[in-house]
Amino acid sequence: MAILQSFSELVHQRQHRESTKRSRPVETEVTKLEVKNLNFFYGEQQALFDVSTTIAERSVTAFIGPSGCGKSTFLRTLNRMNDIIEGTRLNGQVHLEGQDIYAPEVDVVALRKRVGMVFQKSTPFPKSTFDNVAYGPKIAGQRNHKVLTEIVEQSLKRAALWDEVKDRLNESALALSGGQQQRLCIARALATNPDVLLMDEPASALDPASTARIEDLIFELKQNYTIAIVTHNMQQAARISDWTAFFFQGYLIEKDHTQRLFTTPTKKQTEDYITGRFG
Amino acid sequence: MRPFVNSAEMWPSPSAPRLRVCFEDNHCLAVIKPAGVLTMGDHTGDVSMVELAREQFVKFGLMLCAVISLATTAAIVYVLVTEAVRFFREVSPIDFAFGTEWTPQFDPPAFGVLPLLCGTFSIAVIGALIGLPIGLLAAIYLEEYGRDSKFKRVIQINLSNLAGVPSIVYGILGLTAFVRLFGLIPAGLKSVSFTCTLLPALTLTIPLPLGSTIITGALTLGLLVLPVIIVAAQEALRAVPSSIRTASYALGATQWQTIRHQVLPASLPGISTGVILALSRAMGESAPLIMVGALTSISFCPGKIESVGQLFSNPQGALQAPFDSFTALPIQIFNWSTRPEAEFQHVAAAGILVLLTVLLCLNTAAIVIRQRFQKCTRW
Repeated sequence: MAILQSFSELVHQRQHRESTKRSRPVETEVTKLEVKNLNFFYGEQQALFDVSTTIAERSVTAFIGPSGCGKSTFLRTLNRMNDIIEGTRLNGQVHLEGQDIYAPEVDVVALRKRVGMVFQKSTPFPKSTFDNVAYGPKIAGQRNHKVLTEIVEQSLKRAALWDEVKDRLNESALALSGGQQQRLCIARALATNPDVLLMDEPASALDPASTARIEDLIFELKQNYTIAIVTHNMQQAARISDWTAFFFQGYLIEKDHTQRLFTTPTKKQTEDYITGRFG
Repeated sequence: MRPFVNSAEMWPSPSAPRLRVCFEDNHCLAVIKPAGVLTMGDHTGDVSMVELAREQFVKFGLMLCAVISLATTAAIVYVLVTEAVRFFREVSPIDFAFGTEWTPQFDPPAFGVLPLLCGTFSIAVIGALIGLPIGLLAAIYLEEYGRDSKFKRVIQINLSNLAGVPSIVYGILGLTAFVRLFGLIPAGLKSVSFTCTLLPALTLTIPLPLGSTIITGALTLGLLVLPVIIVAAQEALRAVPSSIRTASYALGATQWQTIRHQVLPASLPGISTGVILALSRAMGESAPLIMVGALTSISFCPGKIESVGQLFSNPQGALQAPFDSFTALPIQIFNWSTRPEAEFQHVAAAGILVLLTVLLCLNTAAIVIRQRFQKCTRW
């Protein structure tokens, strides 16, 4: 119970921060992504079982659960990154604003521009900071240097990296620190102007200070973007998310408002996990 | 057992009182000791003599093998230099490498092997230019698109076989396919000409069949180095971490965009290293060139282009150069070494030295490229 209380405190802190930063009107939630009866297979191995859930617009939805529970796999079905892996198949539906993204007429490339992704390991391209951020718009056909400069500046500002790199945009991105590299990856994902941002444990390889910066950033970004984040850090989920979904062994056990899930979980497994009895 | 006592004597401490030795011989030691001090010998770190000898022997044996490879290089250089030095006393190395006249029978004699070097270079460079695009595209297909298909495995096995085929076999292929064009050319046809009416008016005459020309030599060497280039390019492409590809796909890049903008630039150092090594292999080849009919006597530079300036002052010659007859340095080295005159042995040594220098420069370039780019990219 003590653990539940400490989570409750975290959530309260968060709410306090939220109310001091801006007064967010309680709005009717718009569903951005809707997943219906999703089953996912790696070859013969089934990784997701009949997952159905929704992700609300302009909010942060966190996916938690023990390693191998399918949370990352689930995240990657949302922008069809699993398509790259050979031998995977899926049935069920994923609707982005009402359109099934697995329908045959959907252009995967266009989809991935709308649904950006940030990975656990920061993966800057071995190019300059500018070229890293400009890559998305460039391959989308943007050739105008002035427009590209504008996009790069905007994206870096949104990712709270502009002030640190504005004087060395043309230096190799590999020279940046780990935390900066991860924010660069976020800026790079923002540059294609997505609606949805998927984050797969974006802070798990970073030190606490860099993690805090990323968390603040996620907090800022949710005003304009729909964010889905996978984390194995329950405190982090409690700090930053509006919604939390708990995965276990390929099943979506429970999804609720973060505060409710961490304080009054309805399922035994959820309670066992968040109180640290396993996982 | 002695060291134990010695160490107690050498580093006396309050907790380890000095031991008094009552008796000792080769295998027995008796001491008066207080209770609690260890009576067993400590074996940690003890090494038996057999073990010690074996270690030394293995180390020495391994080193010997390493030294043999070094000694071989040293011996080659020694033999060549002592042989060539007598020749270079009479002819300066610069005149030898860059002279265009070959008149050893005249007085004063002239020994210039520039035509040979030019022949070697043009064949190797044109060969690499032919092999590079085909090899690179094949490697991209195999690594990026082929995945684990049966077709890919067949090609892959075939590649390793091709790499092991003796070079003379490529010579036979070149002779049939390129020199004679499979005998498909009608008897009446001798050549086709293309005339460019721009100023200056240039005419390109392609002999039919191609015959023993630079282009046939280059095509043959191009095929010869193809497996080398493919394997090198495959390795370079494979070394690009998959996270780079995934990140690119996540930004909405297509597969070709990912290859074109991320994978190829990142693997370029590896690919260029492979190409240079293929080039240096092509330069050293003589057997396939003999098969496709390289001349056995010194000729003129291809297209009679003897300096960079002449490329511009004689564009007609430059254009026609790939269809000129040719010879190459390794072939002439072989030719000289089979001559009865003793002097030609020294000429052969000098020729090898020139060839070695060129190959060494190429290999150094490959290493420098690899080192430089490795610093720029780290993952």
